[in-house]
Amino acid sequence: MLQKCKTAEEASKLSKACQDLLLEVEHSKKPVVAAIMGSCLGGGLEVAMACHYRIAVTESKTVLGLPEVLLGLLPGGGGTQRFLQLTSLPATLDMILTGKSVKADKAKKLGLVDLTVQPLGPGLDKPDQQTLQHLEKVAVQTAENLASGTIKAKREKSVTDRILAAALKYNFVKDYIFNKAKAQVMKQTNGLYPAPLKILEVLRTTVDKGFEAGYVAENQGFGQLAVTKESRGLIGLFQGQTECKKNRFGKPERSAKTIGVIGAGLMGAGIAQVSVKGFEVLLKDAAAGGLARGQNQVYAGLEKSMKRKKITSFERDRIASNLVGTLNYEPFKHCDMVIEAVFEDLSLKHRIVKEVEAIIPEHCIFATNTSALPITKIAEASKRPEKVIGMHYFSPVDKMQLLEIITNPKTSRDTIASAVDVGLRQGKVVITVGDGPGFYTSRVLSFMMAEAYRLLLEGVEPRKLDKLGKSFGFPVGPVTLTDEVGIDVGAHIGEYLTKCFGERFAGANPEVLNSLVKAGITGRKSGKGFFVYEKGFKGEKPVCTEALDVLKKYSLVPKGLQSDEDIQFRLASRFINEALLCLEEGILANPAEGDIGAVFGLGFPPFTGGPFRFVDEFGADKLVTIMRKFEAAYGKCFTPCQLLLDHSKSNKKFYVRA
Amino acid sequence: MAAQISRVNSVAFLRSGTRNVSTTLPALYAAGQKTKPSLARPNQKNIVLVDAVRTPFLLSGTNYAKLMPHDLARNALLGLVQKTGFPKELVEYIAFGTVIQEVKTSNVAREAALGAGFSEKTPAHTVTMACISSNQAMSTCIGYMQSGVYDVCVAGGVEFMSDVPIRHSRKMRSVMLKANKAKTVGQRLSLLSQLDLKALIPELPAVAEFSTGETMGHSADRLAASFNISRKDQDAFALRSHQFAHDAAEKGLLSDIIPYQVPGQDKPITCDNGIRVSAPEQLQKLKPAFIKPHGTVTAANASFLTDGASACLMMTEDKAKQLGLKPKAYLRDFVYVSQDPKDQLLLGPAYATPRVLEKAGLGMNDIDVWEVHEAFAAQILANLSAMDSDWFCKTYMGRSGKVGAPDMSKFNLWGGSLSIGHPFGATGVRLAIHAANRLIHEDGKYACIAACAAGGQGVGMIIERHPDGKL
Repeated sequence: MLQKCKTAEEASKLSKACQDLLLEVEHSKKPVVAAIMGSCLGGGLEVAMACHYRIAVTESKTVLGLPEVLLGLLPGGGGTQRFLQLTSLPATLDMILTGKSVKADKAKKLGLVDLTVQPLGPGLDKPDQQTLQHLEKVAVQTAENLASGTIKAKREKSVTDRILAAALKYNFVKDYIFNKAKAQVMKQTNGLYPAPLKILEVLRTTVDKGFEAGYVAENQGFGQLAVTKESRGLIGLFQGQTECKKNRFGKPERSAKTIGVIGAGLMGAGIAQVSVKGFEVLLKDAAAGGLARGQNQVYAGLEKSMKRKKITSFERDRIASNLVGTLNYEPFKHCDMVIEAVFEDLSLKHRIVKEVEAIIPEHCIFATNTSALPITKIAEASKRPEKVIGMHYFSPVDKMQLLEIITNPKTSRDTIASAVDVGLRQGKVVITVGDGPGFYTSRVLSFMMAEAYRLLLEGVEPRKLDKLGKSFGFPVGPVTLTDEVGIDVGAHIGEYLTKCFGERFAGANPEVLNSLVKAGITGRKSGKGFFVYEKGFKGEKPVCTEALDVLKKYSLVPKGLQSDEDIQFRLASRFINEALLCLEEGILANPAEGDIGAVFGLGFPPFTGGPFRFVDEFGADKLVTIMRKFEAAYGKCFTPCQLLLDHSKSNKKFYVRA
Repeated sequence: MAAQISRVNSVAFLRSGTRNVSTTLPALYAAGQKTKPSLARPNQKNIVLVDAVRTPFLLSGTNYAKLMPHDLARNALLGLVQKTGFPKELVEYIAFGTVIQEVKTSNVAREAALGAGFSEKTPAHTVTMACISSNQAMSTCIGYMQSGVYDVCVAGGVEFMSDVPIRHSRKMRSVMLKANKAKTVGQRLSLLSQLDLKALIPELPAVAEFSTGETMGHSADRLAASFNISRKDQDAFALRSHQFAHDAAEKGLLSDIIPYQVPGQDKPITCDNGIRVSAPEQLQKLKPAFIKPHGTVTAANASFLTDGASACLMMTEDKAKQLGLKPKAYLRDFVYVSQDPKDQLLLGPAYATPRVLEKAGLGMNDIDVWEVHEAFAAQILANLSAMDSDWFCKTYMGRSGKVGAPDMSKFNLWGGSLSIGHPFGATGVRLAIHAANRLIHEDGKYACIAACAAGGQGVGMIIERHPDGKL
């Protein structure tokens, strides 16, 4: 419905109509009780809030929230106004600005829900069905009691909330709260997202002028946001994400139960950590010390979830029991899938393939976690390459949502289906790409990084480069990212990709990174990279002078093209062009997976919706013009790919707009 | 053995390993109790229940309040000796059940036995399995006797809720333990400085599941909703329990009670003090105790916290004959079951009953006396409903159809835990002796006892009247 709105006015009208309808509910003389089971998000919660009483089931699937901000919108059905009425200003700001959702118990504490009902277990019908019937029974009883006056909705606010409400009469208190919230928004978004700022505006209007003005501000704000390119980008991203939570290869023949993870390092233990909830996990390491570290990492993750009340201590124990540590391959006899996460070295991986294949059962899939080594090469050591697949996890595994699955030409369809199934059950957003140097994500990132290093050699300050990256919309700047990933890792991949892509990969001399590594500067893990990292140090990290000294030895003469915008586009265009090339070459199956991979794996600005949507919005022709300018100075590495040229000529789009 | 001779279908039994009485012998059932066959098995010792006693069950915080758990247990043991006239030194082993342990007497069986003047040479242990702890004490002894370790055992149980261990906080405990080792004033002071106000808050025990954190009453209320058990039905069942217990007490049928002269009190305690026949209107007025405001479980239709102890004398039938005793009953098959501690916490009887009946080769109609633990009226009614539901029996119990509900005219006719009271650790023996006494009183042959327990567990036991049994 929203996508059909062409102008802000149309969208505003839609919002107004929704507000009016819900006001009718609110003003109804008959008591209306909202019985909530399942997710009550966005418009659903707005309807519930317009009712006179809310009853929710306390189970993990029942969550309440207003996630509109995540789609670049604001709740346009009176949501901002009623949330404020039911809860407090700080709670409203927290929930609406972040879009997070809460379970029924927390919602009751916030004042969002009046009564909670516990789910029922086995009885005379299916538990879900019974719970629903019970909820309905309680809700109907409540409505009758409300009508007869035997119960009244008790909405006593806490003392602190009441003091705050009184204090809100003073402008300086309002200013303080709103300034603080705005500072937080700016810090998190760099001002690149209009929705949270608009939400602040709407709420400020309400606090200043009352709810009537608030409703108007809300529907106006909704209209304005609905037609922003940021909203379009975020909605597109959401749709892509939904697609990537499905298995486009269908159901695997058998559902994996036991997963063996080889290597208990940060990566291996991270994979174990996301797997223990749904699988029996065998974590194998060569050394007892390494294994213990890995097991502790998994347990610490569960402990954290428990402290955040995502799981109970009992669930923690149960889940932790799914993890079995081992120093030999013996238990792998019963594995359905092995994921190896050892050091990125082809001969080592070959050895592992052979060792593991000697013991695993016939149906077991061998997955290799690598960020760049071609799967086809790894599969060469295998007796059964159709069972070999790449699963590229991102660090830290428990936080990064993306999983890039890489097939080799011999990988069977069932192997792919099974790997995607495992990834989805690990809670990942999954893209499936073809084999090639750096696959998709590592490849496009490396091209941008090559340009970043060239900019450093041209004398651009590391801090400035980071700032420009962030103001373009990346969550971290390219220099900090290098330090985080590890300069040695970057050097390793860079060297390899230089061999593969030659001139097109041009940027900085690959020797630069190697010299840094030789000097013991490998990034955050060694305490120094382009910046210096000290434990407990807060504030801006100082630039590492040793690193700058190394850079100086390789310094390049700038060729102009160093305005802020030039720098941003030198970085972004190489990223985007390479992404398009991946689609052109068939590494990517479709633009949506390219967008999801870029945003969730590499932090490509989410509000653009990803590189492909960016090209659609920005205009392929404009991008070609910019690249041609760079090409004139730097040559082939900025030559637009054929797909981009085609789109620029024909005005074709990657996504059809509804 | 005489019992073996009376086996009707021993050939079939030898082949299948189970008894098969009712299905092949409908005529026998119709003929009356006396002709029902014994459940004895060849090559298996017959274990008999000679007799059992219990202290009066009192609401916690009343007349027993100043005692300790082993005092109650000791009194039950003494009462058993007095009632049976059985020499203490012939007892070879003692097992007791208890739930909330007094830390000073963690093996309360041993402390009670020593205090009651049993032989120092009689070993004793304490078991815990929530509300079926004394069933577990009994079945442990049955196991010892059947495997030939002992011939004479005493099993019992005790619960004392008037005083429960309330602990210092973990932080406080850790500091206190370290304080033992602190040598200098400086070390002690530094320990003291670790304490904050929070450390002073004590930890209270709760009748809640460790795994789910849910209190039992809350779970019972959800169970009631799952089986559509109304508040009215629950109140009516509670009232029934109180009325039956009241009548049984009036008629002097509760002969398992032994009087307790609590030191310092002017007269002995001779009866349970939780039995209260209230008017239905009074019950109706109560507010829900756990789920407010729409819950259905109230203080009146739930069992109350109780102090009490029970003990029974069990032995092999041969030994009883040798000693010239007249046992009341045989203790036959038993089974323990367990299921999901969250949503099926209290459904033990529904699962255990058909299984133990099958083991014994009996059908629902063969049972003359039902003694089922009443934790909550809702729990009893839910279990009955579950057993009578095709859907539940098929979906959750993996059966071909419903088990059917017990005949209510044979069900808990002397009241139950709702009225008599429920000292967690002691109830199992009370169920057994009520079953045995009722078999004699009501001229029946087989009794089935069943109970639920925290942790989602349950028990079923078959008791057969002994030909020599007298009230």
